[in-house]
Amino acid sequence: MADQLAIGSRRGLKPALPLLLPAYLWLTVAIFLPLSAMVFFSFMTDLPLAGKEWSFTLGNYAAFFSQSLYSTLLFASLRLGLEVTLWCVVIGYPAAYVLAKVLKGRSREAIFLLVILPFWSNGLVRIFSWAMVLREGGILDTALNAVLPFKINIDLMYSYPAVIIGLVHSYVPYMVLTCYLTLQAIDDSLIEAGRSLGASRRQVLWRVIIPLSMPGLIAGSALIFVPVVGSFMEPRILGGRTGTFYGTVIEDQFVAVFNWPLGAALSFILLAVVLIILALAAPVLRRAG
Amino acid sequence: MRMPRLTAFLTATAVFVSALTFAAQAAEEVHVLNWKGYGADEPWAVANFEKATGFKVVNDFFNSEQEMLTKIRTNPGLYDVVMINAAFNDQAMAGKLIQPIDVSKLSNYADIAKDKAGSPMLNHDGKVYGVPWVWGLTALAINEKSFDKPPTSIAEMWDPAHKGRVIIRDDAVEAVQFGAIASGQNINDIKDMDAVKAKLTSLMPQIKTFWSSENDWNQMVASNQIDIGTYWSGSADRAKTHFKLPVSLVIPQEGAVAWLDAFSIPVGSKNVAGAEAFINYMIDPKFYVEWVTKVGAPVSANTKAVDALPEDAFNRKVMGSPDVAKRIQFQAPVTDEQREKYLALWQELKVNVK
Repeated sequence: MADQLAIGSRRGLKPALPLLLPAYLWLTVAIFLPLSAMVFFSFMTDLPLAGKEWSFTLGNYAAFFSQSLYSTLLFASLRLGLEVTLWCVVIGYPAAYVLAKVLKGRSREAIFLLVILPFWSNGLVRIFSWAMVLREGGILDTALNAVLPFKINIDLMYSYPAVIIGLVHSYVPYMVLTCYLTLQAIDDSLIEAGRSLGASRRQVLWRVIIPLSMPGLIAGSALIFVPVVGSFMEPRILGGRTGTFYGTVIEDQFVAVFNWPLGAALSFILLAVVLIILALAAPVLRRAG
Repeated sequence: MRMPRLTAFLTATAVFVSALTFAAQAAEEVHVLNWKGYGADEPWAVANFEKATGFKVVNDFFNSEQEMLTKIRTNPGLYDVVMINAAFNDQAMAGKLIQPIDVSKLSNYADIAKDKAGSPMLNHDGKVYGVPWVWGLTALAINEKSFDKPPTSIAEMWDPAHKGRVIIRDDAVEAVQFGAIASGQNINDIKDMDAVKAKLTSLMPQIKTFWSSENDWNQMVASNQIDIGTYWSGSADRAKTHFKLPVSLVIPQEGAVAWLDAFSIPVGSKNVAGAEAFINYMIDPKFYVEWVTKVGAPVSANTKAVDALPEDAFNRKVMGSPDVAKRIQFQAPVTDEQREKYLALWQELKVNVK
């Protein structure tokens, strides 16, 4: 491993090796090895436990293509990923802009803290809190009915919107943080120059601010899209009967039916699809950036 | 050569963890694997058993039968007692996961109902692989607030009045067998799968969500979000007795799925004597009566234990009545092939609901 790294190295790499080694060692042990094991499983007919017979097969991958079920679900999950990413942009970008360009000092710190706060709590706790808010007779329902003069019935729990709300809430801080970093790096004099040369506020936003902060938007979107496509906890708890997604089916294969090979194959198909999407999007996004 | 290396690969973590556990394990510990909150982990029961025998009980839990099988497969030698649904006993025995039990060491074994003790699901080649513990039903349970008088038919689940207030368990086998009962078929020999599918398809729009643990069910009732759903008889009893929820069990006239839970001793158990003592304690009438009174439980397989209950107790009066016995169908083992077919159907139903 160390030798391989050294061969292609420029001069700067060798002294850096001792610093890189722990990280690469960790990646090898914690990611590369289990992932290779999963690749291996995905080509097996059965797990070699308790003396069961097994052999190599492509059947697990074929299962994906032979049943429309899986592609339907994958589509639903990709759509979920896109929608959640979109909402995160809509909510996160303005917040990041305000943090970076409008607020200063104490108030910025306070708002920043509020953005990061969800990271300090357990994901499962957050999802269950949403369950209490969204259900009929829950916090949202009760609060709105107490204020509004007419009676409305809010029962968002166990629906597609509930899944979106839960996921957006979990992932929006990523968007705020990545966009904040790039927005903050934009020199205010560029904005002033644009304004003094006659650009309207809107033109400045479209021609100066958004292009310059594009790397943050892209990084945030990738950070959100990829895990959301494979999410299973939020759909399962908040989605009710509409909560079946690609991720929940993979989870079922591992936990409920003990069909690890199929679960592994489904996971790698997801990985491939996500990589293809990112690869296709890369040139477009690079040009935009 | 490939086998051991691969197995080691897969179970690396499990082995590592169990190795640590072995190091710390005293010889007198009894490791028990069961559902959480299902009798064997009641603190008072554990305390009584430990006081009487000197063994120390260590509880571990599973959330599905598959998880249970995985746990005993990947942790050979860790567990001394495992609770296995009789329908899965075959599979565990065929996988050489459990060993024959010397029932002469269990003083309470003689009191177990003959039909349960002699069940072909638990006895193989004249040897006993499972000691019947309790049996119960997967029937319906209702939120008492939503009904003036309890319904009698399974068709209530399809009543438009309960649209969006019905709940069923997220389990392919249970769902398909429920559909079989609703379409008037034998749960162990489903001839007309299309009828089952049609029944379940029309049920889907009624459903609020799927439950996977007792806690899910109880919370839905506590927050008054459901009217009716499939539930386990012991769980309904616990919801009423222990959690004081407005839940009551309904055994529909069309029938219900019955299951038998039994204790087995895994191959490689380090404390067989402790395991035998624990199993014997679990089928003891004294433990059972306390369990029913304090917490709520399914029906004991031990006839003396059931007779020790008050005469009007649900588990004695209703569950023991010949009328109910005629309606219920005991679950037989499900083959892997069937299971996969059921799962495919169930997944399809869940996806089409979108």
